[in-house]
Amino acid sequence: MTEALPAQSDRRIALVDLLDRVLAGGVVISGDIVLSIADVDMVVISLRTLVSSVSSLMADDDVIGGER
Amino acid sequence: MSSEGIWVYAVVRAEHADDRVTGLHGVAAEPIRVVATDDLAAVVGAVGLDEFGHDALHRNLEDLDWVANTARAHDAVITAVARFGPVIPVRMATVYLDDARVRKLLEDRRDDFGATLCRLSGRDELGVKVFADPKALLPQDGHQDDSGPQTGTAYLMRRKRALASREEAYQVAAVEADRIHSTLMRHAVDGKRRPPPDRSLTGKDEVTVLNGTYLVDSDAIELFRETVAALAMSTGRLSLELTGPWPPYSFAGEPIAE
Repeated sequence: MTEALPAQSDRRIALVDLLDRVLAGGVVISGDIVLSIADVDMVVISLRTLVSSVSSLMADDDVIGGER
Repeated sequence: MSSEGIWVYAVVRAEHADDRVTGLHGVAAEPIRVVATDDLAAVVGAVGLDEFGHDALHRNLEDLDWVANTARAHDAVITAVARFGPVIPVRMATVYLDDARVRKLLEDRRDDFGATLCRLSGRDELGVKVFADPKALLPQDGHQDDSGPQTGTAYLMRRKRALASREEAYQVAAVEADRIHSTLMRHAVDGKRRPPPDRSLTGKDEVTVLNGTYLVDSDAIELFRETVAALAMSTGRLSLELTGPWPPYSFAGEPIAE
């Protein structure tokens, strides 16, 4: 009995899943780099500070329209 | 000193790499190109350090709009390139000083990247989350609403029972999540459980009891989907959510778990 979610929630989830992957996944390379946000803790902290603006982002997310 | 850096999106095999990036644009709307060695190619774009340099990046990471747009652009390039063959996604915001250093990276890690590309070839990542709705988990006792003026002891007893049954319900949900994960592992080449995303990020009341991601043979994706659907049918109180196929973000780094 999975309820159908409103489209807006779907997009919100897609963004969360996307960030979960592009910020925490992918091969991490060190060396002669200008910057790599390889430090997961830093990313997690950044994401926490971003939480408050999530809902405002979702309101005008229509233009981005990611489909997964 | 150059004011541009080289943003790295992915590593692919050198063969036809140029064709794979034709017409693509990246996080700074810059044209995507490749830096190639004999057998490997890095998918890259030149980005301004005023926006993507060390300090700017730290500042911009605090801006969710910026992060979301950049993440989508980064993902779009990787997804487009992944259509034509195996791809190693590179962690977002990996920026090199120049092409020569990117080339050196490809040379230094040639064997490693080669092995990873073999392992990822013909495979995609699928995400499965399992949610438990705290309300649905609790036993239906309808008399909770008409809790009018009653004795404090009765209230405390009721409260205690409710908390105990909730604890029990979560344990049941956790066991169920374990069962779902092991079933999915049988239909995947590899898989891992990730920490559940922050609940305020998901915007859901539900508790994430499984945040799994799985590397699946491309020709087995349909079967995997059907398995998820069957699992969803078999569990009444949990809801399942499938995402993907994704480029193999979660399987780009470490060797396969076997």
